Amino acid sequence: MNALRKADLKAIIISLVVFVVLQALLSTNSLDAFWQLNIILICINIILSVSLNLINGYTGQFSLGHAGFMAIGAYTGAVLSVNFHMPFIVSLITSFVTAAIIGGLIGLPTMRLSGDYLAIATLGLGEIIRIVIMNVNYVGGAAGFMGIPRHTNFAWAFFVMLFVLFFIKNYVNSSYGRACVAIRENEIAAEAMGVNTTKYKVLAFTIGAGFAGVAGCLFAHTFYIIHPSSFTFLASFNYLIMVVMGGMGSITGSIAGAFILTTVSALLSNWPELRMSIYALILIALMFYRPQGLFGNIEITSLPVLKRFKGGKQK
Amino acid sequence: MGIMLKIDNINVYYGAIHAIKGISLEVDKGEIVTLIGANGAGKSTTLRTISGLLKPRTGKISFEDKIISGMPAHRIVECGVSQVPEGRRIFANMTVMENLELGAYIRKDKNAIQNDLKRVFKHFPRLAERKKQEAGTLSGGEQQMLAMGRALMSSPRLLLLDEPSMGLAPLLIKEIFAIIKDINEAGTTILLVEQNANMALSIANRAYVLETGKITLSGDAKELAASEEVRKAYLGG
Repeated sequence: MNALRKADLKAIIISLVVFVVLQALLSTNSLDAFWQLNIILICINIILSVSLNLINGYTGQFSLGHAGFMAIGAYTGAVLSVNFHMPFIVSLITSFVTAAIIGGLIGLPTMRLSGDYLAIATLGLGEIIRIVIMNVNYVGGAAGFMGIPRHTNFAWAFFVMLFVLFFIKNYVNSSYGRACVAIRENEIAAEAMGVNTTKYKVLAFTIGAGFAGVAGCLFAHTFYIIHPSSFTFLASFNYLIMVVMGGMGSITGSIAGAFILTTVSALLSNWPELRMSIYALILIALMFYRPQGLFGNIEITSLPVLKRFKGGKQK
Repeated sequence: MGIMLKIDNINVYYGAIHAIKGISLEVDKGEIVTLIGANGAGKSTTLRTISGLLKPRTGKISFEDKIISGMPAHRIVECGVSQVPEGRRIFANMTVMENLELGAYIRKDKNAIQNDLKRVFKHFPRLAERKKQEAGTLSGGEQQMLAMGRALMSSPRLLLLDEPSMGLAPLLIKEIFAIIKDINEAGTTILLVEQNANMALSIANRAYVLETGKITLSGDAKELAASEEVRKAYLGG
């Protein structure tokens, strides 16, 4: 228990150092506007990939509707900020709650499905959410929702991300997380051990959807405008790729996946037609040489190289 | 001794297929009862219905005078019935220790869990040697031991064993059955489903013979093992 808290403390200190360095770069304008935006996007994408990892990686439920929940959060946050002039924190929390409730409601029937069927159902539901939004004039319909205050700065994105990371890390290391992993490994055995599989699947789906909503809210307040076309199933695939690339069931992996893919796509933004080809080539190479993803299901803190520094208490 | 498990005229369907056609049976406290029969007779289906993985369409199952048919599987585990599923179904990517810890998932009392862990290691010394090993890398026999150990970690009063001899070498089968007997003598009632009728009858007190979803014979295990009918059908002459 003490060792755990020590590790947490270390992680917090490291994150704060990273924050201070990046914030210093931003405040001194050492980064141009494009990269300032991309750093925020990386934080948002990390929230999305880590929350999707809770559903896909840890619980083993193949969901393809993450962009839909992000859209719910984005529009909830935007409406609250623009039409009701709520403070940003209220928008963020309400986005979480709304996306989580809708996620839970969708999760109850769909979590009875498995494998391909679940993937198809969540894919369809993600699209339904988008198309419903597209047809609601109150939120701008197909033209998009404009005039959202740009509340999201680097500090907001970073600390919300940090909160989500710690929440999910503690969740997967708790008995809840162990139940999730047991379901992924073997659902029948988990049930025979007394794990209430439906409950934990729906719970993981709800929490994952809620944090996607938070990411959506941050996203909406980053750009002046949100548009239903930002939340297509292609966006869901994008987050899925981040999770798969980093490794299903590894938080470090999701962070790496989100960081690498967001950076690569930013670097290639001048060559949009090349971008998707290179993206695809990276993925093909990854599947050939490292099908379990960059980190597999291992966290950076338990890599053998790092263990040596921790005093060699390996066996 | 009192009746622990009572199955009263259950009917179980897989879609349109009528798999169990009105089975009734009883297991007394402290017994080893075995269900034997050919492939597709409904042995495993009966077991999965008891543990709640399947639901009977009609009929009822009670455990210690409490009706458990219709309860979700995780609630039945809490009542004190634990199943070792067919084909073992261990958590292959977890270590032996993590598998055992998951077996105690529903329990909170750390001391009692530690005691049961000791007990499992006493029954299966080989698991203690391999605590840190990934479960998927164990041999078939060791995986069976792990599946049984994991089920014992929920401290069940009734242990349901589904084909523990499946895919194991004859020598290992002997070892596993000796352990089953030990577990029973330590106070756990056992309902055993087995294709290897010879082995099952040798350790059981009583037996039921299943044929295409119905019980055709039942009685004392030794008497059944000696009966002409059973010998011809299941024991190879």
